[in-house]
Amino acid sequence: MKLKVGLMLLVVIVSVVLLGPLFAKLDPETIHWDDMAVAPDTSYWLGTDVMGRDLYIRTLQGGQISLMVGLLATSVSVLIGVLYGMLSGFFGGRVDVIMMRLVDVFYALPFLFLVILLMVFFGQQLWLLFAAIGCYLWLDMARIVRGQTLMLKEQAFIEASFALGQNNKNILLKHILPNLKSVVIVYATLIIPQVIMIESFLSFLGLGVQEPMTSWGSLVNEGANNMELAPWSLWFPALFLSLTLVGFNLVGDGLRDRWDPSMKQS
Amino acid sequence: MNKADQQPLLRLQDLSVEFNTMHSQVKAVQQLSFDVNMGQTIGLVGESGSGKSVTALSILGLIPEPPGRISGGRIEFEGNDLLSMSEKQLQKIRGNDISMVFQEPMTSLNPVFRVGFQIAEVLRLHKKLSKKQAWKRTVELMDWVGIPEPLRRSRSYPHELSGGQKQRVMIAMAIACEPKLLICDEPTTALDVTIQKQVLELLQRLQKDAGMSMLFITHDLGVIADLADEVVVMYRSKKVEQAATTEIFNNAQHPYSKGLLACRPKLNDNPKRLLTVADFMSAAGEELTPATEQFEPQLKTDKPSADVLLTVNKLKTYFPIKSGFFGRIKSHVKAVDDVSFKVHKGETLGLVGESGCGKTTLGRTILRLQKADSGSVVYDGVDVFAQSSQAMRKLRSRMQIIFQDPYASLNPRMTIGQTIMEPLNIHRSQDSKQQRWERVVELIKQVDLNPDQLNRYPHEFSGGQRQRISIARALAVEPEFIVCDESVSALDVSVQAQVLNLLLDLQEQHNLTYIFISHDLSVINFIADRVGVMKEGKIVELNTAKEIYRNPQHAYTRNLLDAIPKCVPKIIS
Amino acid sequence: MLNILVKRLLWGIPVLWLVLTLTFFLLRAAPGGPFDQERELTSEMTQLIEQKYNLNLSLTQQYGQYLKATVSGDLGPSFQYVDYSVNELIGLGLPVSLKLGFYALLLALLLGVILGVVAALYANKWPDLVAMITAVIGISTPNFVIAPMLIIWLAVSWQWLPVGGWSGGGWSYLVMPVVTLSLPYIAAIARLVRGSLMEILNQPFIRTARAKGLSQTSILFKHALRPALLPVVSYLGPAAVGLMTGSVVIEQIFGIPGLGRYFVQGALNRDYTLVLGVVLVIGGMMLLFNLLVDLLYRWIDPRIDLELDKKTGASR
Repeated sequence: MKLKVGLMLLVVIVSVVLLGPLFAKLDPETIHWDDMAVAPDTSYWLGTDVMGRDLYIRTLQGGQISLMVGLLATSVSVLIGVLYGMLSGFFGGRVDVIMMRLVDVFYALPFLFLVILLMVFFGQQLWLLFAAIGCYLWLDMARIVRGQTLMLKEQAFIEASFALGQNNKNILLKHILPNLKSVVIVYATLIIPQVIMIESFLSFLGLGVQEPMTSWGSLVNEGANNMELAPWSLWFPALFLSLTLVGFNLVGDGLRDRWDPSMKQS
Repeated sequence: MNKADQQPLLRLQDLSVEFNTMHSQVKAVQQLSFDVNMGQTIGLVGESGSGKSVTALSILGLIPEPPGRISGGRIEFEGNDLLSMSEKQLQKIRGNDISMVFQEPMTSLNPVFRVGFQIAEVLRLHKKLSKKQAWKRTVELMDWVGIPEPLRRSRSYPHELSGGQKQRVMIAMAIACEPKLLICDEPTTALDVTIQKQVLELLQRLQKDAGMSMLFITHDLGVIADLADEVVVMYRSKKVEQAATTEIFNNAQHPYSKGLLACRPKLNDNPKRLLTVADFMSAAGEELTPATEQFEPQLKTDKPSADVLLTVNKLKTYFPIKSGFFGRIKSHVKAVDDVSFKVHKGETLGLVGESGCGKTTLGRTILRLQKADSGSVVYDGVDVFAQSSQAMRKLRSRMQIIFQDPYASLNPRMTIGQTIMEPLNIHRSQDSKQQRWERVVELIKQVDLNPDQLNRYPHEFSGGQRQRISIARALAVEPEFIVCDESVSALDVSVQAQVLNLLLDLQEQHNLTYIFISHDLSVINFIADRVGVMKEGKIVELNTAKEIYRNPQHAYTRNLLDAIPKCVPKIIS
Repeated sequence: MLNILVKRLLWGIPVLWLVLTLTFFLLRAAPGGPFDQERELTSEMTQLIEQKYNLNLSLTQQYGQYLKATVSGDLGPSFQYVDYSVNELIGLGLPVSLKLGFYALLLALLLGVILGVVAALYANKWPDLVAMITAVIGISTPNFVIAPMLIIWLAVSWQWLPVGGWSGGGWSYLVMPVVTLSLPYIAAIARLVRGSLMEILNQPFIRTARAKGLSQTSILFKHALRPALLPVVSYLGPAAVGLMTGSVVIEQIFGIPGLGRYFVQGALNRDYTLVLGVVLVIGGMMLLFNLLVDLLYRWIDPRIDLELDKKTGASR
């Protein structure tokens, strides 16, 4: 149920964001001097902002950026997290202790504050945004994957495979990784909305995506600044942003309920 | 007193319980009727899934609804129908007139409250005792059920107690209000034999002292032999037989009851094969007469003359107990402590001991699945610990292991075909894929499974079938030596008998050598030629099976033997 | 116990040092300086200023000096607020942020637990559905979306509450920021409580409690709720961190003079000492709070040994 609703929401949003611009007649950067802060009508489907730019195409383009940041940064964090967690859990012992102490240290850092600083000082580069968010969010994934790996490692089927003379590489690839798959997918689905949230949070502070590019976060920021003059410039980006997050959260929850009833707590 | 005109304490009349899931409806109990009279003990026997636990829960109104539903019948307690009572009325009876002891002492106590509090809670609830009175009574009760230092222990949390002590706490809680009926749902299944014996004796004593009636649920006929006055046998949600305990043991009528009695390995005779339920009853439920050759006693040949296959010399495996911030090693658990023995080709060496005695660690250390601290293992002239990891992988094709848990020992994401194929891919990579697959088919037939099922996943199989798959996987590389680590312990007795028979057949066919690890002395007696008794990491006694059972030398061995339920039915005076 | 406490506190020192060092060099690597926006200064004045702030020394010397001063408890003078030391600024901002965070956490716990319990008790019935839909929306709506909406309705249209500001933290100034800040955490805690309570209610020890003859209410509140709250306790750590970062935005939107605002302003103006000071305080608070949470956890769950807990952290 959750899964279905969430998936439907996401399919609709993603297709609108990707295909919508094809139907746009206006350019996102063109300033329509005569039509500043126009309410939605037939020529400006979602109205214009206070600078006279078409909000329909800007919202969709902002969406593309937000989704892209979401997917890329998630991939970064999943990649680091799975690799780190799997190795830490599989080799165990001293390696595990050291690797997990390091994670503890990272956890204790006020990471988001450092990300904010990073963006304040080097804000122009989009890749830095992916990297910074990705580096911030891999910790949870690493912990979860490590915990699962530790648990799997104790399972008799891993030991049986080892007793058959299987090598470490194949045990990791054939026995551990396939059994991690569902957990990783579930948590990756739950990381995406976090990333989008952080990106929009940074953009809201004026630190994320920079003009002329835009994202839902920076659109919401602009909208919030002008909400008395042009409330629609807040509503529409906010609506898209929230619905997308709802969609990802629903899918993540739904998958978790289906695949991973034991992990509900963490 | 004439029993006939006495009202029974508890009367079940045509009780039926269903479980409705999204996909199916399961009839858990069908038209079950029996009485429990004042002061009487009734044994309710059946294998897992036969509906015996559901029956117990129904009596107290504890069936989870939904998915469960009592679909018919009456449960009368002192003449009143429990099923038509309100929740409020039931709450007055639960823990007061009828109380219950559950199977899992580990999870049946609330982990965040002190055990004393949990016992006192019942007293305060039903007997309206003050906090102080209740606590005083709690300490008395804990003393009564045989918990040492009851005053101190009452302030412990459940995780600080051993399994046996937890079960004693559960019993103290159950008898706190002097109930008229005590329902015990497999109260000793999770416990070691010696602890089991103590708990059974405790229950017997309490029943005599307090004059309660008891409904004792178990899968093991041996456990209730000298406890129950009458036995009700359940099979696939129905009662198939009810009779006095002596009647059941000496003259069982229903083929299922006969099978259940026969499939349990006994200490006093040694059949070549164990009879199973399938020998007495066809799948359709018709009675069969078991072939007589199976009754022939097994002639245990002493095989010391054969060549030595495995030599274990002064083996030690210690586990560090770490503490402190940097994980300094505080002390060691000596899981295997200076153990030496030899295993001869073609024999079965049984290793027996209670949980935590180090028998599993010993098995794993021999196969180098666990690092040894010192000592050596020589397998067929090869020093196992001295091998490079490359050479060790090769050697592993000659020595295999079968684990206890049939659920955890198969990768849930692999079909069983892939699972059995894995060892062949490692060790027979020179064969063509076709050849390897043919071998897989051959193996699955050897363990009496259908080759059509090879592309199914483990969850589609029962526990016994999964254990067969594990056996097939272990056999794939044609090993000479297999460690069976509690390989039948998680199975129902009748399934256990089948798997034991299979292991014996395979041993004969392939001239296999086994180390058979178990906590169950009767199983060990059936399968092993020689037996090592383990206690606290050491082998305290090692001898031929015959000698161990006839003439135990070590006090601990005698203790263990003494704790085995004797299957001698209670004599009703 | 005391042993563990001391060790954990000692453990914090290298972490804080790491935070400080990272931030210090990050700040200095950034383009632009603290006085770029000032009117053009004569070289004499520049020299004077640089002397005052030690900017004329080499980077490592500055770092050494800063560390030394910090250890003695002096966070240095602020670059931006000329008459104030960083200690004074933090003394002004910290209580404000703490008050905001405390009320937000309190509200989140209170409402979150109540909603979660209701949802678990009516699992898969309409109260559960309503609560969980609200929760998903609550988690999915960023606070910088909710804040302007609340302002439009409550402050601008209906004029019930002031648009922003602090005024010493009167309740009317607190309502909107606290609600906005806590909303996602109410939702998250509600979901946690629902999930764990439903799981606990299926545990064998709850069956034992029923078999004892306890009433439903006493089973729920005595036997089930306490173990069910364990995941909430371990969630408090991350929640507090989230509240701290969340308050950066909230303080910005509502114009509240807390640490978060100092931080953003300081970063934008290259106020080195102020940013360092705020990061240090926040890092220290995170450590302290996590320690408190661990102690609380131990108090509720007798099974957990703090050290053991650290090792198996992820698996529980």
